[in-house]
Amino acid sequence: MTTKSKRPTPLKKKKISGAEIIYRALEQEGVEYIFGHPGAVLLGLLDLFLQRSKMKHILTRHEQCAAHMAEGYARASGGVGVCLVTSGPGATNLITGITDAYMDSIPIVCLTGQVGTSMIGNDAFQEADIVGMTHTVTKHNYLVKRTEDLAKTLKEAFHIARTGRPGPVLVDLPKDVMLGEASFDYSDEVDIRGYKPRTKGHTRQIQRVAEAIKESKQPVLYVGGGVIHSEAHKELLKLAETANIPVTWTLLGAGAFPSRHELSLGMLGMHGTAYANKAVDECDLLLAVGSRFDDRVTGKLSEFAQKAKIVHIDIDPTAIGKNVSVDIPVVGDARQVLLEVNKLVKKQKRSLWQKRIDRLKDDFPLSFDAPDGSPIKPQEAIVALSEEVGDKAIVTTEVGQHQMWAAQFYQVSFPRQFISSGGLGTMGFGFPAAIGAALARPDKLAIDIAGDGSFQMVLQELATAVQYQIPVKVFILNNYGLGMVRQWQDLFMDRRFSEVGMEVAPDYVKLADAYGAKGIHVSDRADLRPAIREMVETPGPVILDVVVDQDELVFPMVPAGGASKNMILQDQRKKKPLKGKLSALPDN
Amino acid sequence: MARNAEDNSQNMTHIIAVLVENKFGVLAKVASLFSARGYNIDSLCVAITQDPSISRITIVTRGDAQILEQIRKQLSKLIDTIRVMELPAGEIAERELVLIKVTAPKEKRAEVLQIVEIFRARTIDISAEALTIEVTGDEGKIRAILELLRPFGIKEIVRSGKVALTRGAKTLKSVKN
Repeated sequence: MTTKSKRPTPLKKKKISGAEIIYRALEQEGVEYIFGHPGAVLLGLLDLFLQRSKMKHILTRHEQCAAHMAEGYARASGGVGVCLVTSGPGATNLITGITDAYMDSIPIVCLTGQVGTSMIGNDAFQEADIVGMTHTVTKHNYLVKRTEDLAKTLKEAFHIARTGRPGPVLVDLPKDVMLGEASFDYSDEVDIRGYKPRTKGHTRQIQRVAEAIKESKQPVLYVGGGVIHSEAHKELLKLAETANIPVTWTLLGAGAFPSRHELSLGMLGMHGTAYANKAVDECDLLLAVGSRFDDRVTGKLSEFAQKAKIVHIDIDPTAIGKNVSVDIPVVGDARQVLLEVNKLVKKQKRSLWQKRIDRLKDDFPLSFDAPDGSPIKPQEAIVALSEEVGDKAIVTTEVGQHQMWAAQFYQVSFPRQFISSGGLGTMGFGFPAAIGAALARPDKLAIDIAGDGSFQMVLQELATAVQYQIPVKVFILNNYGLGMVRQWQDLFMDRRFSEVGMEVAPDYVKLADAYGAKGIHVSDRADLRPAIREMVETPGPVILDVVVDQDELVFPMVPAGGASKNMILQDQRKKKPLKGKLSALPDN
Repeated sequence: MARNAEDNSQNMTHIIAVLVENKFGVLAKVASLFSARGYNIDSLCVAITQDPSISRITIVTRGDAQILEQIRKQLSKLIDTIRVMELPAGEIAERELVLIKVTAPKEKRAEVLQIVEIFRARTIDISAEALTIEVTGDEGKIRAILELLRPFGIKEIVRSGKVALTRGAKTLKSVKN
């Protein structure tokens, strides 16, 4: 990316402060925005944001949201997101965001202030061993002990974050290291002997993939976030169209393949389409690209894609063979591998398989009922939003029912259009992520499809959005409670709803007003589309509070740990209550 | 046809050698990896190598083939890891150093010393009531001497954990493959 050296030579000799070194390194990396929250140990660095203008510091209201904004920026732009927080609580507040980025392979660099090196280990004021705490949730982390090491460390941090399987890198910056002086040299190429990610797939393996495609009668492509990270969507489209292979995607793979394409199967897994899950059940070749056989995708492992030969293309060798044994593993960058596969794949018709898929789509469509006079159904709200704004928008989601409905019903056309917290499932992710996405893509409209429960975890960031007039829209599907847990209680706990009601909730119109944003409230079907248009047309941050049917459940649903043959296709509550099913749930 | 490797249940012991950057915090990263992913560590031994920028960690762990493969891959994935290799049983020289403080009053001392001699162990400290013995060897030898000393009363024991090298001229090169 932007690592061209434009540094004038005299700087090499002149000594500058550690803070200045950090600032210049960030400039060299082409950083546009830094999401942060200040603290005493950062004074020197913060001071530089007053004098310079190229990079903009966005003052968040909570550090967790700084990390999510950096993630949103990274997910929407494809670049590296950056956050900057102080030591102790500032750093520990980042951990949820860092973990979220780690689980979803998002490149962010987190800079944390630290007490002076002589104080480390003394339980000093606002000291926390953030490096120790984040060993298992960062791709790599550093404690910088000498000012001389700053430039090299930062350059490595950005390199590690964005290359290979991307991920979060944390750099802990003691106060005295930032106050000390050293010369600045950013010209050295990064060379880490223990880190040489393999991007080019093995030639023989690639041949075997092409042969398997040729021999297969009923193949399915199962694609994940790796296709988006490596920008392999064009190669994916070419492969699917040339060899006539239907494509299903994970939550993080949404956007890798156009959802309106005739080969599209939609999302698979726990709340995937029935036809995607059935196609996987029936396929004789499963081509996994940049996906990791997560339990929300596979359900019961021993019954997942039982008839299929499995190809797994992934840049991370640890992802291969972790959950499922693979017949043809290919370690490499998804784009590079698919480029090579495409050279070997010839036009193939699969009219029988295509017919079968069409039949599955006809027999088991995604559906919902929205009879006249009923409350607004959350699904219809998403359909309306998708139809009204479509490809003008980048949508983010929180976590829960609304997230699954968004994945099912929002028509996604391009990579990085759909941004969601997949692996960690972090409620409160979507709103700050939308702020980051809005800054990364000013040409698009950033909309957070939110649940009321999730939004209430992070609504303080309204102040951030208003302060910088970031035109982010929050589309709340408000069911006054925690819908997904309520759904599990509905299905598996005999409708005993414990601790999921949030009837006491803010008046979102007043809330928006209190922060200086615009709020709109709808509860009637007839007002829904006009309200969406008003939300879109109103400049600046807007909350659109859509009161939806509390009793609506997400279907289809494969119960956790179940096989897709146990999929619950639609609401059966009126027919027979699902009692005593909890014992049938082995895991989470 | 079990797709998921959950069904394999061999619980074999494996020796893994890891070359890592000799830097602050690297051991913590390796240890965190094992605890976070629920892998066993039977023993772990770490020290600097002939190249002062590299440390060598020898880990004895247990698990089936799939777990072992994950352990190797996850170790390799650490940025500070330079090379990982499972040391193949039978093709290695492995040793462990054990210090044993054994109860040895005057009347028993000769008997204990005889065992020490047979095992080519060494006495490194002596007092009226106890002997401290140093013994080096592979697992079988260590087990045998411990068994023979146990009746005398082992007061305290410290084990270094296994270290091992492959036999012959081959080495663990410090280049990631």
